[in-house]
Amino acid sequence: MSNISTQLLFGQLLIGLINGSFYAMLSMGLAIIFGLMNVVNFAHGAQYMLGAFAAWILLNHFGISYWGALLIAPVVVALFGLVMERLVLKPLQNLDHLYSLLATYSVTLIVEGLVRHQYGSTGMPYESPLPGGINLGFMFLPWYRLLVLVFSLVTCIGTWLLIEHTKLGAYLRAANENPNMVESFGINVPRMITLTYAFGVGLAGLSGVMAAPIYQVSPSMGSSIMIVIFAVVVIGGMGSIIGAVATGYLLGLLEAITKVFYPQGASMVIFVVMIVALIARPNGIFSAREKTS
Amino acid sequence: MTRTLLLLALAVVACAAPLFVYPVLLMTVLCFVVFACSFNLLLGYAGLLCFGHAMFFGGGAYITGYVLKSSSVPVEVGILAGAAAAAALGYVVGLVAVRRSGIQFAMITFAIAQFVYFLLLQASFTGGEDGMQRIPRNALLGMIDVSKSSVFYYVILALTVASIALFYRIVHSPFGEILRAIRDNEARVESLGFKPERFKLIAFVLSAAMAGLAGGMKATVFQFATLTDVSWPVSGEVILMTLLGGLGTLTGPMVGAGIVIVLNDYLAGFGEWSLIAQGAIMLLVIIFLRRGVVGELGAYLNRHQIARKTWISGA
Repeated sequence: MSNISTQLLFGQLLIGLINGSFYAMLSMGLAIIFGLMNVVNFAHGAQYMLGAFAAWILLNHFGISYWGALLIAPVVVALFGLVMERLVLKPLQNLDHLYSLLATYSVTLIVEGLVRHQYGSTGMPYESPLPGGINLGFMFLPWYRLLVLVFSLVTCIGTWLLIEHTKLGAYLRAANENPNMVESFGINVPRMITLTYAFGVGLAGLSGVMAAPIYQVSPSMGSSIMIVIFAVVVIGGMGSIIGAVATGYLLGLLEAITKVFYPQGASMVIFVVMIVALIARPNGIFSAREKTS
Repeated sequence: MTRTLLLLALAVVACAAPLFVYPVLLMTVLCFVVFACSFNLLLGYAGLLCFGHAMFFGGGAYITGYVLKSSSVPVEVGILAGAAAAAALGYVVGLVAVRRSGIQFAMITFAIAQFVYFLLLQASFTGGEDGMQRIPRNALLGMIDVSKSSVFYYVILALTVASIALFYRIVHSPFGEILRAIRDNEARVESLGFKPERFKLIAFVLSAAMAGLAGGMKATVFQFATLTDVSWPVSGEVILMTLLGGLGTLTGPMVGAGIVIVLNDYLAGFGEWSLIAQGAIMLLVIIFLRRGVVGELGAYLNRHQIARKTWISGA
């Protein structure tokens, strides 16, 4: 009897960690983009969805396996981000940041609509590249899920190291504080902004490829995760990468625990946490690096 | 004088319109005119982008539907109940949200609206995924039968005119002036001894009430309320209407509502194209036409008038 409930509990915790991995990777990308550009990239969900579709198309039309897609799809999605930054975000960079939020929202509508028009709204399966798993005694752990956990941790830690402990990262952080000063040192800030955006978008694409074998590949997968990500970044703040990542994992776990003990509340618990956090810290959960007011 | 004539002509057109156009389409436009006005009050005058306005629209629709289905109160009482419920929701949400501004306010209202969506999905009175069907149009004032759409149109028209008049009064009152001042320079307003948060909260509640009224009207026009009314695409739609028409102009959002609803109606048979078109129009408006249709027209007329005056004085 108690054995079944531990199975259930650990199974749910695993799902929570997996969901949390995606929350963490996506909110990290949002935080990086926001940190440098002050753009809330609503299209992040759509770009994540594009990553999953790219993997699916590569497999079904070009016969390229998951491992190939893991390399190619993020680059394709990053290129999409590159074009989008030049055409859509650049003309808006000196305006109120609300405009760039709404512009990325419009891109979401267009991209999601076009994909749905082409592939329909039902989800399409993507076979796991690593079937099977291991029985740990208290639960069954599929290999692919273990891989996703490891991969997302590596991605998050790697990105954090890149930004906090390399020269490139130092330029980024400096441009975030004072772009004019950095430019006067001979660094091409506009190009850095474009590449940073493309990098963040590529991260979303990578998450999408990793998500394809776990969730169904469907046009609405992006906007449904984006809804949660917005709440996650409101709680965790968008100023720090560590904050975004930690909040992502923790909220994934919290959602899973709620699912075990109070299933009806699982879809709402993150929003409840957000509201409580907003009331408890009325002067802002967003970090001091936030420049808008 | 010309203004009175113009309003008179508009009144005649509005009253005669159902003879020429399908009344349900007209009523849809009117519902969204009220909804767009409510949104314009926040973004256009107070500078607050509420990215979850559908929670008030859909919430109002559900409460109106519930009141009309579970009792025999007159239809107008049901609609007003929807507006009152949305105002109450607006007060609670506003308490949490108005302390932030700009992009944070947008994100918070977006997330709270999703929370309301999930709440309504699980609440027993809403009918969950199926929505609330067969909402009755109870007799107006308890005695006038309004079940026919050609008659009910005039009820909706009256409510719309009343809301626009109220909106006009609000933005031209001292309160409206303070809102605009907060939008332009919040710190200055605070230094003059006003409490910006309080004014923003009042504006938020007024806007929520108006959005709820629009939702209640919509629920009685279509006689159903569904989760779509509370979903984020509806929040986006009202933003599009306002931007397309002209942010912060009196008539812009109304014009925008008309264009978007007619476009939706036209593209209804083309599946996904309606959302794609909405996205494309919004993107083009943001990049090229930030003053909106009415705003650009106004600017053009101004230039034209100045040009004509200089021409006359020059001659």
